[in-house]
Formats: sequence, structure tokens, C-alpha cells
Amino acid sequence: MTLLLVVLIPFMGALLPPLVIRSGRNTCAVATGGVTLLALALLMSHAPAVFSGEVPKAGVDWVPAMGLSLSVFADGLGFFFAAMILVIGLLVIVYARFYLSREDPMGRFFAYLLLFQGSMVGVVLSDNVILLLVFWEMTSLTSFLLIGFWTKRADARQGARMALVITGGGGLALIAGLLLLAQAAGSYQLTEILSRGEMVRASPLYLPALLLVLAGAFTKSAQFPFHFWLPHAMAAPTPVSAYLHSATMVKAGVFLLARLWPVLAGTEAWFLIIAPAGLVTMLIGAAIALFRNDLKGLLAYSTVSHLGLMTMLLGLGTPMAAVAAVFHVINHATFKAALFMSAGIVDHEAGTRDIRRLGGLMVLMPVTGTLALLAAASMAGVPLFNGFLSKEMMLEEAAHTSYLGLDLLFPVLATVAAVFSVAYSARFAIGTFLGPVRGDYPHHPHDPPLGMWLPVAVLVVPVIAIGLFPGPVAGPLVALTAAAVIGGPLPDYHLALWHGITPALVMSLVAFAGAAALILAFRRADALRARLPRIDAKAMFEASTGMFVVGCRRSLVALHDGALARYMGVTVATLIAVGGYGFWSATHGAGTRPPLPVTATALTAFLALVLASGGVLAFHGERLTALILTGVVGVVVALAFLQFSAPDLALTQISVDVVTTILMLLALNLLPKATPREQSLAVRWRDGTVAGLAGLGVAGLAYAVMTRNGTSISEYYLTQSKPGGGGTNVVNVILVDFRGYDTFAEIIVLGIAALAIYALLDPALKGAAVRRIKAMLPRTESRDAHPLLLVVATRVLLPLSLVVGAYIFLRGHNEPGGGFIAGLVVAIALIMQYIASGYGWAAERMKVDAQSMIGAGVAIAGLTGIAAFAFGRPFLTSTFGYLHSPVVGTFELASAMAFDLGVFLTVVGVMLLSLAQLSRVAHRVDPSPESREPMDVQLERTVPRTAGGES
Amino acid sequence: MELVVAAAIGILTMVGIYLLLRAHTFPVILGLTFLSYAVNVFLFAMGRLTIDRPPVISPDAMGYTDPLPQALVLTAIVISFGMTALIVVLALRGYLETGSDRSALDAPRRTDEEGRS
Repeated sequence: MTLLLVVLIPFMGALLPPLVIRSGRNTCAVATGGVTLLALALLMSHAPAVFSGEVPKAGVDWVPAMGLSLSVFADGLGFFFAAMILVIGLLVIVYARFYLSREDPMGRFFAYLLLFQGSMVGVVLSDNVILLLVFWEMTSLTSFLLIGFWTKRADARQGARMALVITGGGGLALIAGLLLLAQAAGSYQLTEILSRGEMVRASPLYLPALLLVLAGAFTKSAQFPFHFWLPHAMAAPTPVSAYLHSATMVKAGVFLLARLWPVLAGTEAWFLIIAPAGLVTMLIGAAIALFRNDLKGLLAYSTVSHLGLMTMLLGLGTPMAAVAAVFHVINHATFKAALFMSAGIVDHEAGTRDIRRLGGLMVLMPVTGTLALLAAASMAGVPLFNGFLSKEMMLEEAAHTSYLGLDLLFPVLATVAAVFSVAYSARFAIGTFLGPVRGDYPHHPHDPPLGMWLPVAVLVVPVIAIGLFPGPVAGPLVALTAAAVIGGPLPDYHLALWHGITPALVMSLVAFAGAAALILAFRRADALRARLPRIDAKAMFEASTGMFVVGCRRSLVALHDGALARYMGVTVATLIAVGGYGFWSATHGAGTRPPLPVTATALTAFLALVLASGGVLAFHGERLTALILTGVVGVVVALAFLQFSAPDLALTQISVDVVTTILMLLALNLLPKATPREQSLAVRWRDGTVAGLAGLGVAGLAYAVMTRNGTSISEYYLTQSKPGGGGTNVVNVILVDFRGYDTFAEIIVLGIAALAIYALLDPALKGAAVRRIKAMLPRTESRDAHPLLLVVATRVLLPLSLVVGAYIFLRGHNEPGGGFIAGLVVAIALIMQYIASGYGWAAERMKVDAQSMIGAGVAIAGLTGIAAFAFGRPFLTSTFGYLHSPVVGTFELASAMAFDLGVFLTVVGVMLLSLAQLSRVAHRVDPSPESREPMDVQLERTVPRTAGGES
Repeated sequence: MELVVAAAIGILTMVGIYLLLRAHTFPVILGLTFLSYAVNVFLFAMGRLTIDRPPVISPDAMGYTDPLPQALVLTAIVISFGMTALIVVLALRGYLETGSDRSALDAPRRTDEEGRS
């Protein structure tokens, strides 16, 4: 399990820096470093096992049937990368503590850095490919945050966006690629996939999977033609560049190629695509780097070039080249991170990163200068430094590579790249540190505090140690990692300084000679380059994203121009098209289920429905008429439920219809009473056609299903209702017991809807809305006294209705009824009081407010569910028993009853809240005086008013 | 009988969608009500039509209709109310704030609205 913690600790630790930053910047850095150190220590506790050849694993299964699990493993490759990420992370944290200025929000920076670190460790240790993809995307997201850390700078924002688009887009391709790969291998576990290379390479999915995986790897590792995002990401703070853009994130693509090497490598396609891509990237990156004047820009393109080198080596597909690639990953991480940090120090101390304004810093800042020169020598591939060794191995491999019959292509281009590589390293070193001291630096350069150069020094140690004693220092690690990459026996190789006069040595010598000439003739070369046409990748990127945005907006506006009818129409038309295609591309036979006979009653009801619907279509401009006709349709639907053995539905439908009609009447009181007819006949015909086709489709579908027999899972509910749920009304038992979870969620939704209504109508009502209501008031009838007959009738009926509600509620478990219906009945009885006697009168006498009722309802339902935990059963497990009482006799008490009580309370609360709020709108703006008498049936007040306000 | 019910569902759907496509809020609300009726009856019909077989367990019942669609539709009816109420109130608030109860912007959106960079 500790291995899983290695991944999780940085994520948990990310909460720490923003909290402890109040105690100071040092505490913050120490806390961040402590988190990293803890993860590193846990990782190292597995080192003995890994070096002895074991592969530690840890994880939790989530949905094993779908191949989803939180599983990690640490073979040589994963272990090496995780260790590199954490060690360099630690150095970067120390460096960043001194690099960031007082104004920079350090807590936020370190939080981002730890999130990135966790994602990156996750990528390299994931066993499950889905998990790997999640972490992969997280590295893109966190690097976006880090690159754009200085949010006020436009170039930082643009660079961050570009990196996100490119690496995120590649990530999408990678998702598809790894899913295909998992499909081809028949497993989502990398450990499984890695052992099924033969199977994958023989699969027809191999090529698409390879191409998609490469899209992900190439974008992440800035391979040509996706290389351009990396230099723009240099707008990030230098610690970020040193961490993400030299040692870790950009290596994720290389890591992926290495990870999947045993599965994907060794084919024609692998070599033909990857090797030249890497070669071209190496060449182009090195050539551009030479002419960069910005130190970080130079290093960025150099990184592009070195990533190309590693990609090319992996692309060659030979075990020997894989060893060289692994070795170069180690070497590059050390010298490049050191160089980025040195560039940051120069920027910090001299105030500029422009190589043309620097020079002679060796005298002013000897410590930094020495360290940087050592690292630069390694980058150039000077003997006695680690860069020389792996570069030599690369040249040796290139010398023996023949591409499509071209024997010279790889050796020559690799040598040219090496020429540029030596030249830009020399330019970096000479231009910055050597030469005469100048008097015009923007600041007064001197060596930085220990904390800033110490990380550089720590990185330079392995640069020299590996350079001098490659075998003893790096041998075991290289062997371990390379064995994991190759997944088989290691080739016969020696990490040594001297291999005799080899082709690689000759190529190296040529590179040094060529570079010397190039540096001497730098001005002429630069002038020549200035005359070449320049390709501005950033402008092209901006232009293409701009076009994409415009295209999106156009199609969006075409579909959704701000009119509801437009996109409703588009949606329905699309559904018709899809449904129609499905219907006509299959064959259909007639149903075999015998139809029920048509009765005269049914036909009459159907006729009523047709007439009412037609009436609504014809007179929907007259809103009140349309509402009444809609009520007729509701009654027919309720009758249909009754006819077809659904008494519960009939009861629910009829009571909901009453509430809905009251609600709409209340709304109509404040809305215009008629709809103007402003659409042309053509538009109406068009909409009519769409609607007609949709109706035809739905009717056909319903008919097709109804005339066929089917299987249902309901047999279980029918047989278990009484013995398992303790009730004979199966519908109610399903609602409160079998599918109680659904019902629980549903009453929560209802409660939220009611609260939204409250929020829409109550506190926010002011300004224009209030003026409009006031203007309406004279023509509303609310000032009239309430009709005497109605007042008396509703008040007499109230207790009766409440008893009926209680009865329906109690019998609900066994007979039609239950919490929903009882709630509706009681709500209607209460709402009638508002209607008959006025808002003020009723509100004053309502002792319980609707919000508390909703809250209590949801709470009771939830607590009933939780109560099951006390008996060690899952949420909402029900129980029931029989009670004996002297008066009523034996009756049943089910825990589902308590749940139903929650449903009941919520429904009553929701209905009351929404309707009372609606009826209160006018009242709130102009509260009319209300009678204080117990019965406000005062004839002497009522009569003149009614007479005066007769309408 | 199946044909009658299917026709009823079709008519309810047609009226519902036609009203949904109107340019004012109140017809849209009515359209939503019609569409809710149509969907509820459709879901209910998925349990096939049966007469006199309510799903209430009793010793002398001849058989039972499928209770599951009924349970689903029962909650659907109540949820439809919640949805209708919310839409009604949205329409009302919109009307009170703007003085218009149209369900479309007065001027259509244009393509040249500039995004921020």
C-alpha cells in the first residue's frame, strides 16, 4: 500500500502550502519539501525489492468487470522515473524558495507544483491504463496552471493556453490510442498488456493504436511538428521550466514510448515513423537553438532537440538503442535542469536573459559560472562529462542505421545535429560567462544565496561522477531501467569512456570541428538565417485557433440564435431524422399480442381528448381557454390510468392536475392574458409538420411495443411485495422500499425545485418587476372580499380533507394511496384556504412554514434509511412488524411508513411553498389589510366592496 | 384499444411539440404539460395495457399488471409538477423583469460577438 501512498501523498500535501504560507515563506518551502521527501522515502523503501528484480504492486479494485482499478506498480522504469521526479522536485522546491519574489503567491505556487508532482508520479507508476490517462490529463492541466502562474502577463497566458491545447489535444488522441491498445491486448492492466506484445502487434488495431499513442507522446514531448509549444511555455517561472520542461513533463512522452516499447516496438511502422520524427526534431531543435538570444529560449529548443534524440533512439527499436535512450534520459535530466536553474540565476542577478547583453559573468559570479560551464560542457558532449557518453552511444547507433535503403541519412543528419548542439552549448557558455566583463548589465550581478546555487551544484555532481565513472555510478540504474524497457535480456554493452576509434568518435570530432567553424562564422550564419523565410508557429497557432473559435461560434449561433423555438426545433428534427433512419433501415413485422377490444367509453374519452387538444391548438392564443382545455386532457389521461389498472396513477394525476391548474391560474393573474399571433402561416405550417412527424413517430413506437409481448423484471416485485416489503400495494412498495433510493433522490429534487422557486420570487423581487406589478394591481381582483360560500365551504372541508389525506396515507402500503397522493390531497386542502380566504389570513394561521416541512421530510426519509445502518444493513433496508392495539386490533407497522411520511411532508411542503409564493407576489408588493376576526365573514364590509368591485 | 391509446399519445406529443415551438412562454408551458402527459402515458404503455388487474396483491385476484412502469410514472408525474412550477415561475419572473413574455431574444445573436483573449 505504501506504493499507492507515493502517488497520493503529493495530492494530499498540496493542501499544505496555502495553509502554512501564513507562517512564512521558509515554513512553506519546508512543508512542501517535507511532503516530497516523505513520498521519496516511501518510494525508496521499495528500492531493495526493485533492484532485486521484484515488481512491487499496490492498489484497490473499483469496477473489476470494466477493468477499472486504482492500481500502481513499480518496475525498473517506473521506479527510476518516479525517483527522478521526486529528487529533482526536491531541488526545484529549494531553488524556488529563493527564486520567487515576495510578491509572488508562494503558497499557490507550491500547491500547483505538488499537484503536478503527484500527477507525474501517477503517470509513471500507474498500472491501469485508464488511471494513467487520468494522470496524463492532470499533468496537462497542472502544467497549464504553472506556465500561466504569472497571470498578469499576456505571454504567460498565451503560452499556457497553447501548451494546454497541444498537450491536452494529444491527450485526447492518447485516450483513444490506449483504449484501442487495451482492446487489442484484452486487458486494461499495463502489466498484462506488456506481456502480450505478440498479440497486440498481430492485431488489426495495432496501427491505429500506434498512431494515436504517438499523437499523445509527440505532443507531450514536443516532437516536430508539435515542438512549438515548448519555447512559448518558457514564460513560466524558471523553477517550472527546470522541473516541467527539462526533467519531467516533456519526458512523459518519452516515458510512454519506453513504457510501451515491449508491446509496440519492433515493427516496420514503429521504426519508419518514430525514428525520422525524432531525427528531424533533433536537427531542427538544435539549429534553432543556436540562433536564440534568450537563454531560456535557447535551452528550450535544446530540450526539443534532446527529446528528439531520445525519441529517435527509442524509434530505432533495437535493445542497444533503448539502453542509450534510458542513459540519455538520466544525463539530460541532470545537466538540463542545472542549466535552466543557472539561466534563472543569471536572469535574477543580472536582470536580463538576453545573450547579447551578457558576457564576462564568470568573474562576477564564479560559483554559478563554474557550475553552468560544467553543465554546458556536458550538454555539448565534451568527454569526461555524462552527456558525452550517451551522445556517443547515440551516434554509434545512428552510424549503423539505414533508412529505406539510405545508408547515410541517419549518420549525416545526426552529425549535423551534433554540430549545432556543440555550437549552441558553446554560445550559451561563451556568450554568458566568458569574455570581458561589461559595465552595462541592468543589475549588479553577483553569486546568489546558497539556497539557489546548491540545487545546481547537487545536479552537477552526477554530471561529473557519471562522466568519469559511468559503470560504477550509473551502471546498476541503467541496467535496471533498460531491462524494464526492453522486457527481455539486456544487450551486451559497456558504459565506458573509451571504446577505441569508433565511427561515433569520428562523428564527435567532426561535430567539434564543425561547431568551432560555426561559432567563428556566427555573424555570417546569423545574417544568412535572417534572410531565410521564418515560420511563425505562434501566429499560425493563433490563427488556426481563431478560425476554430469563429467556426464554433457560427455553428453555435446557427443552432441557437437566442430563440427557444429554434433549438427545440433543431433537436426534434434531429430526433425525427435519427428515428426515421433507424426505422427504415430495418424490417418490421406485425405484433402478435392480441389487442384489447375497443369500448364505447374509451372512444368517447378519446374523442374528448381529440377535441380538447384541437381546441388548444386552435385557441392557444386565448390563454384561459387553453388552460381549461388542458385540464380536460388531464382528466382523460387520469381516466385512462384508471381504466388500465393503475388506480394509484389516476389518483396522482388528478390531484397533480388540480395543483398545476391552480398554479397556472395564479401565474396567469400576472402574465398577459392572450398570446399575440405574430408568426406567419408558413412558420406555423413548418412547426406543424415537425410536430406532426414527431407525434406520428411516437405513436408508431408506442403501438409497436403495445402489440408485442415482452419480458419484465416485475415478477420479482409481485412475489416479494408482501413477504419482503410487507405491503400489498406493489406500486407503493416499489416506491418506498424496492426503489426507495430513487424516491429519496426524487423528493430531494422536488425540494430543490421549490427552493429555486422561492429564490426566484421572494428575495430578488425588486426594481422593474415591482413597478410592473404595481401597475397591474388596480385590475387584479385581489382587493375584493373573498366569496362567502367558498370561504365557508373550504373551512368546513379542511378537517375532512385532512382526515381523507391521513386515511389515504395510512392505507397506502396496502391499497391505492401513499405519501405522494396523500401529500397532494392535503396540499390542495391547504391551498384552498389561501384561495378562499386570502394570502394574509391563511399565512397567519399556517403555524409550520413550508421550507421546514421540506427539510423535515427529506431528513425523515434520510434518517429512516440511515437507521438501517444501526442493524448492520445497507441504506434504506426496510423492516416491518405487527402491533396489537386494544382499539384498532392488529395492524402492521413498516419502517417504509416512516419513509413515506418523509415523502408526504416533502410533497406538502413543495406544493405549499411554490403556490403560496406565487400567490404572495402581488401581496408582497402591496399588502392589503386583512381582517383580524376569527372568521372574516363580515357582511357589512363584504357587501359594499363586492358591489363596488363587481367585475 | 392499443391503436386508440397510441393515437392519443401521438396527438398529445404533436400538440406538445407544436406549442413548444411557439415564441411566447405561456404556450411553451402548456406544450410542456402536453408533452409530460404524452411521455407519462407512453412510459405507462410500456407495461402493456391490461384491464381490471391492478397490482394490489389479493388472494382472489386473477392476475396483475406490470407495477414497475406505474411506479416510474407516478414519480414522473410528481416531478413534472416540480418542473412545470419552476418553468412557470421562470417565465413569470422573466416577464416581470423585462415586460416581455417572448421565449426568444428580440434581436437574434450574431456571429461577430468578440470572444475575450
